[in-house]
Amino acid sequence: MEKPNPKRSLSNHRISRRSFMAGVGAGTVCVAASSRLFASGGGEKEEEVINADSLSKLSLHINARDHHLLVEPRWSLLYVLREKLGLTGTKEGCSRGECGACTVLIGHVPRYACLTLALEAEGAEITTVEGLLNGEELGAVQTAFAEEDAFQCGYCTPGQIMSVEGLLRKNPSPTTEEIRIAVSGNLCRCGAYSHIFKAAEKAAKARSK
Amino acid sequence: MMAHFSYVRPRSLKEAIGHLAENGARVHAGGTDLLGCLRDQVFDVRKVVSISGLSAMRGVEQVAGGGLRIGALTTIAEISEHPLIRKHYTALAQGASEVASPQLRNQGTLGGNLCQKPRCWYYRGEFHCMRKGGDVCYAAGGENQFHCIFGSGGRCFIVHPSDTAPALSALDAQVEITGPGGLRTMPVENFHVHPEDDVLRETWLERGEIVTAVRLPAPQASLKSTYRKIRARRAWDFALAGAALALELDGDRVVDGRVVLSGAAPVPWRSLLVEDTIRGKTLDDRTIDAAADAVVKGARPLAKNKYKLPLFRGMIQEELRRIHQSAGADG
Repeated sequence: MEKPNPKRSLSNHRISRRSFMAGVGAGTVCVAASSRLFASGGGEKEEEVINADSLSKLSLHINARDHHLLVEPRWSLLYVLREKLGLTGTKEGCSRGECGACTVLIGHVPRYACLTLALEAEGAEITTVEGLLNGEELGAVQTAFAEEDAFQCGYCTPGQIMSVEGLLRKNPSPTTEEIRIAVSGNLCRCGAYSHIFKAAEKAAKARSK
Repeated sequence: MMAHFSYVRPRSLKEAIGHLAENGARVHAGGTDLLGCLRDQVFDVRKVVSISGLSAMRGVEQVAGGGLRIGALTTIAEISEHPLIRKHYTALAQGASEVASPQLRNQGTLGGNLCQKPRCWYYRGEFHCMRKGGDVCYAAGGENQFHCIFGSGGRCFIVHPSDTAPALSALDAQVEITGPGGLRTMPVENFHVHPEDDVLRETWLERGEIVTAVRLPAPQASLKSTYRKIRARRAWDFALAGAALALELDGDRVVDGRVVLSGAAPVPWRSLLVEDTIRGKTLDDRTIDAAADAVVKGARPLAKNKYKLPLFRGMIQEELRRIHQSAGADG
């Protein structure tokens, strides 16, 4: 992915890049409080427009933690997860909703992080593959994928796991057909689908115990 | 990385329309089509106006007289799973369930599905084609295996990509449009623009206007509706050939009906010839074969999409046989 050009004019920024870098260090700070930029209600005042090349405050709730950072309007959730928050478990494939590698849960529902603006994810509960760990242990779906050898190269695996996780949160005992549909938005070029289906079935059983 | 744009999430529909009336503003609902277009640099956008937070525009409600009003921000997944839509407006539920992939159905909205941009690879690619204000349609003499067989007007050979629009058109739905001038409605059937009328736009929305809802008429017990989509892969792909049928049946006799094709034309393509062929007829083999002839009558395939003719013929035969059999089972 092309990086934003740091040399471009900063004159229109509400917050300069220098203060941004000084304020957030490697790109993020985590604190307990959450400030909502888009608080609903609040009288007659119209919502403020965020300028094209300026950074604005954003709070994201990811894997049960609040992250406060500064984002450009054009940044996708995928870009922010990987490049600003270091959550590189979510993969970038096509960046256009045609591969599924970037699948995350937004409010328990699988969606493509590449086609979601970071600003659009504010206030939602976001889960990435890192968020499926139970402490140091792999989660049920992750364990099932490892045990069933449900991958070859592994690049699509985090996305496949998130689609299965989303399915099982909604439908704890899916049929094989329902599993097939649930991962139909995740391409596996290695062709590991039959193992992926087995892993999903195994995870469903493990979760229901 | 997409080019820069400013961003606003208005708190009211009125405020949103004010922003959208500005030059270079684009509406963001689910964002799936908008962000794809911005990445591909199909058009420039100066301001993204996000209506995703306007929760009053989301959901399905029954209205006086027995019809349904579906808010434009209702997701495709919600429509495919809604019990009333599944029961009374089967073609719409089936169409919605065939859209794209699960993730895109979870994010994409009904309004966005009706207003999405064409998928022609010249339009999406770096070609200054006729639909982008140029002088040439590159598909006409190029790679046109996924292009239209009807309705190009000799100008633009896209197929309309929506699976919900044909179903809504067959079900005689109305689209509710809100803009600077207030509210207006029009049949979904008339909502999309034929290239010969204006090759630069896909819908009749004026600047500042957005789709706010879709209205479905009261369900009829005698109406049987279906949507069929044929594509190269079972997931994700757009229709190579498809059809929404909404038939009013008396036993297995077709009293009246509407047939709207997908994957056929730059707009959801109402096949009046098929409707005329089956109206008043029992769905026997002779009628079904005549409907297969009618569905491709007048088609003008391109060099690489002639396969669509037998595809449409076979599909309409299968769909009518299926309806005939289920009518027999019900009767």
